[in-house]
Amino acid sequence: MAKVFLYPTTSLILSDLVARFGHTPLSAALQIRERIQTPGLESPPLQITPEGPKKGLRWAAVEVPSGVRGRMSLYGPMIEDAEAAIIINNADYSFGCMGCARTNELINFLIRKKNIPLLDLEYPSNDEEGVEFVAAIKRFLDGLSGEVA
Amino acid sequence: MSKVRIAQLSCGPEYSGVQKEIDTAAAAVDAEIFFPDLKLADLRQSFDEFGLNVRSPDLKLAIARAKALVEGRVEADAVFIATCFRCAEAAIVRNELRRYIHENSSLPVVSYSFTERTTSGTLLTRMEALTTIARRRALLAREVQQGLTMGIDSGSSTTKAVVMRDNKIIGTGWLPTTAVIESADEAIRRAITEAGVSRDEIEAVGTTGYGRFLVGEHVKANLIQEELTVNSKGAVFLADSQRGPSTVIDIGGMDNKAISVQDGIPGTFTMGGICAGASGRFLEMTSKRLGVDITELGPLAMKGLSRKVPMNSYCIVFGTQSLVNALAAGSSPEDVAAAACHSVAEQVFEQQLQEVDIKEPVIMVGGTSLIQGLVRAMEELLQTKILVPHHAQYIGAVGSALLASGFIKGD
Repeated sequence: MAKVFLYPTTSLILSDLVARFGHTPLSAALQIRERIQTPGLESPPLQITPEGPKKGLRWAAVEVPSGVRGRMSLYGPMIEDAEAAIIINNADYSFGCMGCARTNELINFLIRKKNIPLLDLEYPSNDEEGVEFVAAIKRFLDGLSGEVA
Repeated sequence: MSKVRIAQLSCGPEYSGVQKEIDTAAAAVDAEIFFPDLKLADLRQSFDEFGLNVRSPDLKLAIARAKALVEGRVEADAVFIATCFRCAEAAIVRNELRRYIHENSSLPVVSYSFTERTTSGTLLTRMEALTTIARRRALLAREVQQGLTMGIDSGSSTTKAVVMRDNKIIGTGWLPTTAVIESADEAIRRAITEAGVSRDEIEAVGTTGYGRFLVGEHVKANLIQEELTVNSKGAVFLADSQRGPSTVIDIGGMDNKAISVQDGIPGTFTMGGICAGASGRFLEMTSKRLGVDITELGPLAMKGLSRKVPMNSYCIVFGTQSLVNALAAGSSPEDVAAAACHSVAEQVFEQQLQEVDIKEPVIMVGGTSLIQGLVRAMEELLQTKILVPHHAQYIGAVGSALLASGFIKGD
C-alpha cells in the first residue's frame, strides 16, 4: 500500500479512487460546492492561524507571499510523505481546485523533484476520455502494489 | 442602519491565518464581512468577460465576485479587497478591481495587501472608514459649518484643535502629542482662548485621529470619526473643492493617507507606510540632524538639489545612514534637506499613490504639507501642481468641526 499524493489535493474523486484501489490518498479532500460562499474556492475547513505561514517557511522563503506559505504548511508534509503521485492537469473546478497558481507551481515542482512513481494526466473532456482516465489511474495504482512494498 | 455589509474579494487570507482578523475588525465597527455568493458555473464566464486572464482560481473568483457586485446581482454596502503582500499577480488584480468598482459603482472600496502579521488593529481604521461612508453619507455631504463647533485631531505626533463659527475658523491650538488627554486639553484651551469663547458655548464637538476614542470620551464628543473621511472633508472644504473629483495626500507622523475623493466623500483610499522612513518622522529626524527647526526644513530644501545626494529612506535607519554619510562627504545641508524630501515623496508615490486614481486637484494636507520642499518633490513626481490650502495642518480638526455641526441640537 503506497501513500499517493494527489493534485489537485482537494479532489474528492481522486481521493476516493486511490482508497478504492487499496492505497492511502494524501489529500485535503474538500467538497467544492456548486455555490461558493467561502473566501476562496478551496477554503480550508480548519482555522489556519498565523503560525501556518511560519511553518511554511520550510518549503518557501520569507519573501514568498503568506498565502503560499500557509498552503505549504498543509501540503508540504504530504509531499514529504508521498511515495507516489497523481497529477491531473487543467482539471475542472468541480473536480478539485486549488486557489493559488503560485502554490500550484511550487507543489508541482516539488513533487516532480522527488523522483517517485508519477502519473501525469490531462483532465478528460468527454466520456471516452473519462473512461480511459479512470483506467489509466487504475493501471497506475495496480502497478504501485508491486513497486512500493 | 443595521449592520454594514462589506463584501470581501480576496485571495489567501484564510491560508495566511488572517481571516479572523478581518472579521474581528469588521465586527468592531458593527459591520459584517460576507463573500458574494456565486455559482461555480458562472465563474468562468464572468472572468472571461472581464478580460484579465490570471492563473490563480481564487483571483478569478474575486473578479467574478466584483462583476456580480457592479452588475447588482449581489448587494453590498462596501467592498474590501485583500490579497497577499508580495504577490504580483494579486497586486494587478487588486488594483484593477479597485478601479473597476470605483468607476462602475458608488460602492466605497478599500484594498489591502496582508501578511500573516496583519492584525485587526491595523485594519480597524480602514473598516471604520468603509462603514462611515456607508452609514453617514448624509452627514458627509455637509458642505457648510454652522453654529459654534470645535474639532480635535489627536494625532500620533501632534494634537490640534479648531473652533469654527458660521463656516469660519476663529481659533486654533496646536502642540506635540505627549499624554493624549492632557495634550488635547491644552490644544482646546489654546483654541478657545484665541476664539474668545468659553467651553460651555461650544454647541458640538468632533474628534478624530489616533486618540479619537479616548479624547472623544473625555470631552463628551458628539462625533468620533476616523481620519480618512474627516480629513477628506476638511481638505475639500479648505481647498474649496467640495464638488467633483479630487485627491487628498496626507503624509502623517506615523502613517500616510492617499484618498481619491468624489464630492467630498472618499471613494478609494490607502493608508499605510512600510516604515517611518516614508513619513513625517524622517523629516523631523532630518531637521534635527541638520540642526534646524522643522519649519525651516522646507525653505532649506527649496534651495537644494535632491539628485546631488543619494538617499533612500525605505528604512528610517538606512535613511539616517545616508543622511550622515552625505553630510560627512561634504554635501550641503540644502541638498541633504532636498534629498530627504524627495525620498519621502518618492516612497509615498511608489507605495501608495499607485493604488488610488490621481485626479486633480491634488490637495496636500497635514503638518508636512507646510514643508515646501516635500510639496515640490511630490509635484515633480506627479507632474502636477499641488494645492496646499490654508490651515492645512489643522485639516482633521477642521473636518471634525464641520461634520460636528450636523449634531447641533435641532439640526
